[in-house]
Amino acid sequence: MTLLFVALLALFALAVVGVAARRSPWVGTAVYGGTATACGLIGLWAVGALVGRDGAVAAVLPIGVPWIGVHLRADGVSAFFLLVVALGGVTASLFGWGYERAHEQAADHSGVHSGGESGPVLPFFPLFLAGMSLVLLANDAFSFLVSWEFMSLTSWLLVLSTHRDPDTPDAARLYLMMAVLGTLCLLLAFGLLVGTGGDYRFDAIRQHPPEAGAAALVVLLMVLGAGSKAGLVPLHVWLPLAHPAAPSHVSALMSGVMTKVAVYALVRVLFDLLGEPVWWWGGALMAAGAVTAVMGVLYALMQDDVKRLLACSTIENIGVILIALGLALVFKASHTPVIAALALSAALLHVVNHSLFKSLLFFVAGAILTATGTRDLNRLGGLIHRMPTTAVLALIGAAAISALPPLNGFVGEWLLFQAILNAPALPEWSLKIGIAVVGAAVALAAALAAACFVRLYGIAFLGRPRSAEAGRAGEVGRAMLAGMAIPAALCVALGVLPTFVIRLFEPAVRAMVQAGPFDDRSYQPWIWLAPTSAIGNSYNGLILLGMIAALSVALVLAIHRWASDRVRRSIAWGCGHDGDDPAALSQYSASSFAQPIRRAFGGTVFNARDRVEMPEPGDTRPARLTVCWTDPAWAFLFTPVRRAVNWLADHADALQFLTIRSYLTLMFAALVVVLTLVAVVRS
Amino acid sequence: MIDIGYDAAHLLGALVLMTSFALLYQRRLFSLLNVFTIQALALSGAAAWQAYAHDEPHLYITALLTLTLKAIAIPVALHRIIQRLHIERTVEPALGIGLTMVAGVSLVTLSILLVLPVTENATALTREDLALSLSVVLLGLLMMISRRNAVSQVVGFMSIENGLILAAVGVAGMPLVVEMSIAFSVMVAFIIFGIFLFQIRERFETLDVRKIESFRGESD
Repeated sequence: MTLLFVALLALFALAVVGVAARRSPWVGTAVYGGTATACGLIGLWAVGALVGRDGAVAAVLPIGVPWIGVHLRADGVSAFFLLVVALGGVTASLFGWGYERAHEQAADHSGVHSGGESGPVLPFFPLFLAGMSLVLLANDAFSFLVSWEFMSLTSWLLVLSTHRDPDTPDAARLYLMMAVLGTLCLLLAFGLLVGTGGDYRFDAIRQHPPEAGAAALVVLLMVLGAGSKAGLVPLHVWLPLAHPAAPSHVSALMSGVMTKVAVYALVRVLFDLLGEPVWWWGGALMAAGAVTAVMGVLYALMQDDVKRLLACSTIENIGVILIALGLALVFKASHTPVIAALALSAALLHVVNHSLFKSLLFFVAGAILTATGTRDLNRLGGLIHRMPTTAVLALIGAAAISALPPLNGFVGEWLLFQAILNAPALPEWSLKIGIAVVGAAVALAAALAAACFVRLYGIAFLGRPRSAEAGRAGEVGRAMLAGMAIPAALCVALGVLPTFVIRLFEPAVRAMVQAGPFDDRSYQPWIWLAPTSAIGNSYNGLILLGMIAALSVALVLAIHRWASDRVRRSIAWGCGHDGDDPAALSQYSASSFAQPIRRAFGGTVFNARDRVEMPEPGDTRPARLTVCWTDPAWAFLFTPVRRAVNWLADHADALQFLTIRSYLTLMFAALVVVLTLVAVVRS
Repeated sequence: MIDIGYDAAHLLGALVLMTSFALLYQRRLFSLLNVFTIQALALSGAAAWQAYAHDEPHLYITALLTLTLKAIAIPVALHRIIQRLHIERTVEPALGIGLTMVAGVSLVTLSILLVLPVTENATALTREDLALSLSVVLLGLLMMISRRNAVSQVVGFMSIENGLILAAVGVAGMPLVVEMSIAFSVMVAFIIFGIFLFQIRERFETLDVRKIESFRGESD
């Protein structure tokens, strides 16, 4: 625990350094180096705690509210999520250091003095990391909520660091409102959890879980509160706006790590504090997760902005994680703890997977932004020739998030499907059928995610440049490449040898569902991932890797042998793209690639319309295709809510101009109502 | 002895409450003032009886203050104001008597229902007294919002204050300082009200607050 405190204190000290030394040239190096070291320490401590399995460690700090203090405790779940935060922190620090240096150099080069463009990031970056860690360590409702709000506010300030960007203030305001809404829900949830006893420690809550009605309300409020931070549809609206607005390494942290802290809040309350679950909690969580997964990936397919696309894909992955959590709850409620452990392992594995490949892909987006200055897919293309290393790393990330074997995304979803296939063992018929539907939704989401990342990779890295900036791009610096290479390597390692990491976080799973995923298998060869299952499936990453490598080599050889050496002729008008084709825009664009899916789903879900503006013969104007679509979350939820709030505000405004007698009447009425309430409650 | 003390205190408290009801349906300003004087007398009697029955001499001071201020000084001053403003004959629009009585009775019911369960371990006298005084306060509020004339609003305010004094008298151990300060604040409020009444009259030639409201740039 001492190591942890040292690292946390170092993070706070680095924030002070970031403020005090903001003018000096070495401050970026110092702060990012410091955060990387501190996160490395946290990660080491977490691995040590998970491997050592020495139970939970707790501490009470004499700060904060007098006579209450700050209760901290790290058990397996906290350690696991701390490891996720630490991994994200290390890579984001490494990448962010190179990213900010590259942007400073670009600013100096172009003669535009940015005036401390990186200044606002440095103090808040370590604070953001510290805030997330504190949420994971909190052991009383009070310090949990304070850390949660601290995390929200520091990330909000990090989003605002790009305030010169015209879209940022609106995105930041929306984020702040959703964060306040989420914290309000959490506040009420913890209020219900604590009950009338007034003991805010988690240990006390664990001893006296609330009765059924209050517990149901707590579940609802937790899903709303943590869901709004994680990006649960329809509370996701801030996510595609605020995550991309921050600098890329912060986007990676917000999308890859902060959403996981929200998942931690759900795990902590639903599995730990609320005691024995009821099956419909898991059912509700799965339904919300299925909608989130499918909607998230459909949103991602609609986006032309690289970072916004990645933020939308985060929504999809959160949906998948929520489905796995819901399954674990359902199985825990039906007293099949080993399957619950399997589902929870799938959820936690997907948590670490998503934090890895989403960080990686946001770093790739940052690299693209550094090299080309644009995030618009329709202005990219052909980057594989100019940024070969980035292209390979991006391919790993895209393949991993599309759940292709032998990468980690596949293992996570494979485990999830093993749990889904166990659904017929459940007693409730609604769950037997519902889980099949949810499984179909996960499959649909996975397929659409693959399409989405084929689109991202194909448009950005393949083909020819669609703009001059993309044509001039060059490879990014070593620090940024290293920041991308670490998560990419981990993606491969986790895909090939998943058993180690599943064993690593087994203490966390055991703490939550009182069983491990391998409990009813006496023989466990280390290389095979063979969890408990009605079907008896198993997975071996090494064999898969070998097979895929052999087949790829064979395929490449075959193509070279029989296809590449053919004589190719190109037609004079150049649509065969041979030689110097002047019109790079004749390639597939991001919008045209997405058109089939937009036609299939967008018409009903997004009310998407393609409008073709064809000039008359003889007119020299180019033809134009305009795509317009509406976001159902805004159309059916947020715009009506905003109208209602405005209407209320307009009408409440009249209260300001009442007569004295009316005010007296209002006060009198309020007094009588309160007295009546007291009389009714008392009797 | 105890029985008589209880009955007498109860009687005087109930008298205060009865006069509150009477205040509600008075339409002439002078009769309103007369009823208010009776209420103040009853209150002063209640305070004096408590002082005698429970042997708490400081309550005599309360009784004296109430007698001089509420039963003599304020009614006389209001009389003079009414005469100087020439509004002796003003007939005041009050709510219908039946409706006001129904509202008043339901308020009394509410306060009894509220006070009796809340104060289970207090003495019977305290409980009854609290219920009565809460009723008087609520009826005073009801009067303030159902009247349009500024003078009768002043009377409503004073009767709220009577309810507070009644509570203070009933609860044993209320410090004298509190009663004194209440009395003085009422005095100050009365002076301010008086000054305002004249100012309003000079400006708007009426004491009907509806007319004043229209000067705030609104119409109702």
